[in-house]
Amino acid sequence: MKDRFSLYTLPKHQTARITGFELSLGDSETRLREIGFAEGDIVKALHFGLFGRNPMTVSLNGALIALRKSDAQIVQVELI
Amino acid sequence: MSELDIQSRPVRLALLGAPNCGKTSLFNALTGGRAKVANYPGVTVEYRKGEFDLGGLSLELLDLPGVYGDCGHSMDERVAIDAVRGKLVNERAPDAILFMMDASHITTHLHNFLQAKNYGLPIILVLNMMDMAARDGIDIDVTQLEAQLGVPVVSCVAVRAAGRAHLLDFLKAWTGEILRGSASYPETETRTLKDLQAKARSITGATVSRIEKVDTFTQKIDKVVLHPVMGLLILLGILFVMFQAVYTWSGPVMGLIEGAIGLLQTGVNAIVPEGWGRSLLSDGIIAGVGSVIIFLPQIIILFAFILLLEASGYMARAAFLVDTLMAKIGLNGRAFIPLLSSFACAIPGIMAARTIEHERDRITTILISPLMTCAARWPVYFLIIGAFIPASKVGLFNLQGLVAFGLVIMGIVFAMIMAFVFKRTLMRGKKSTLLIELPSYKTPVIKDYLRGLWDRAMIFMSRAGRIILPASIIIWVLASYPANAGSIRETFAGKIGAVLEPLLKPIGFNLEIAISLIPGMAAREVVVGALGTIYALGDNLGDNEAGLAATLQSAWSLPTALAFLAWFVFAPQCLSTLAIIRKETNGWKWPLFAFGYLFVLAYIAAGLTYHSALALGL
Repeated sequence: MKDRFSLYTLPKHQTARITGFELSLGDSETRLREIGFAEGDIVKALHFGLFGRNPMTVSLNGALIALRKSDAQIVQVELI
Repeated sequence: MSELDIQSRPVRLALLGAPNCGKTSLFNALTGGRAKVANYPGVTVEYRKGEFDLGGLSLELLDLPGVYGDCGHSMDERVAIDAVRGKLVNERAPDAILFMMDASHITTHLHNFLQAKNYGLPIILVLNMMDMAARDGIDIDVTQLEAQLGVPVVSCVAVRAAGRAHLLDFLKAWTGEILRGSASYPETETRTLKDLQAKARSITGATVSRIEKVDTFTQKIDKVVLHPVMGLLILLGILFVMFQAVYTWSGPVMGLIEGAIGLLQTGVNAIVPEGWGRSLLSDGIIAGVGSVIIFLPQIIILFAFILLLEASGYMARAAFLVDTLMAKIGLNGRAFIPLLSSFACAIPGIMAARTIEHERDRITTILISPLMTCAARWPVYFLIIGAFIPASKVGLFNLQGLVAFGLVIMGIVFAMIMAFVFKRTLMRGKKSTLLIELPSYKTPVIKDYLRGLWDRAMIFMSRAGRIILPASIIIWVLASYPANAGSIRETFAGKIGAVLEPLLKPIGFNLEIAISLIPGMAAREVVVGALGTIYALGDNLGDNEAGLAATLQSAWSLPTALAFLAWFVFAPQCLSTLAIIRKETNGWKWPLFAFGYLFVLAYIAAGLTYHSALALGL
């Protein structure tokens, strides 16, 4: 079993595979799924905001998505 | 319903799809941009209707706000979903759905299409920007995709006539089927979102091949543009150049317009006999409307920049860059786009706040939108800065441009402070999110771009006609009568202004300003027209050609002028803004609150500026 961690802690230019979503309050998971995050997808951390890596952008199947720390922490990933 | 009944009205097609997939481009291309609902540049937050003729068939397109799923998390998404479900007030349901998708993003978004099959309408998938997808090394097997999805799939390049031809051919046949009632309905998808994603991924896995390119064009640019430090500096630089350009490029054309207005007045004075008629035309209408129209070149340059930033795909990146600061004040990152739209006018800005999910974040954004420097403030800034700030160079920069930039920054800073305060007092609530897709960079479609610019210029000009013209006439009447009045103070306008004068005197405002602020409630730039009329009438020395700026130079002290500028950073007076806040918040509470807090800030800022300037001996 590989180590799982949150997308928020993914180092810059590192590629990882989405394994699932941490239980969250509200409908964050639905919104993340609707915009395109899904189990098995490959993500790569690309850019970070000036303060505290917040927000960050990730490339996801050719799209570039910006998200804040609170949402990135819900997405669970593993290194490939 | 019989075939004849349906044919008596156009076939209505809803354009559904994620943001930035090209719905509006297709809508503009097919309908010629002739939309029935007011269209502000920027994000589509309202639906738009437009008709066009296709080989004798009458079609109607609904351009809808971008939406990913079928939940409707924010107000604009709910508009799109309600429109498709036929739940919009006074609108019938569409006959079918054109589901648009950016072909490059098919893997990310295909599950949204599967969700849309459940709306129970005939539906097709339109894969847009196939050319860009090919450039990025994405190859889609359309025939295979069609077979797997069980619905027609049409590829398209919405911005080019040749790229739309295939879609139009298809629509001709398809709308015929819809009219005859023979169009097929999609199978419903009963799975959960998670399972739909899995199904979509397995379909794209079989039909889409992607040659992984190391660096696409967009990624190369983003390395610099989205850099945390460099990116913010570039954004500041772009805004700075924008304000410099507004001043330095507009000069010659403004001179021409000013000359034309002067000629017009001279002409009127030569033709129309001395009397009230000449005064109404020359001092009332030409001076009033002319003093606002003169700023058209600057408005056009300002929008040329804003629209370019939007059309190129940069705007969402600006939202990402400033989000790090927005998060600090507790505001939603999506608030950036409404706030930027508010630089044009707070009304589309306040409407664009519908993209914000949480109600409290939305209201906070609405409350601070009027602090962004809207186009109606520019005539005021241009006039006062032109008259009182020397056009000298400070290093590389034009001092007038610097002052304008400073006023804009002041509005932004106070917006941030107020948002910070509101979020910690009235608007405590859930943590905000960002979650937006950054579109690939695009070369703007010249036609759409010019149309946007033209629309903006026309909105400005029609305001001059609808609001400034009647306001100028009313002011002229009030400031001219009773006929035996020896000075402005003895006229009706003077008597009305005198009521406000004691309140405004402590912040350095004179009677003329007090008078102009009252009609200025209609729109901020009316103040300029009103001052134009008041001073044209008061100018009995005959030196009418010197222009309003020159008149003000001798009539106002520098502290008064600076206080006036400070007042307009906050400028609570704008009935249309208050009306749209009432509409968007369903009540009088928030518009009254907005007016109150802006008035207090304007008063304090003008007072502080006036007395500091006096103390400094300016």
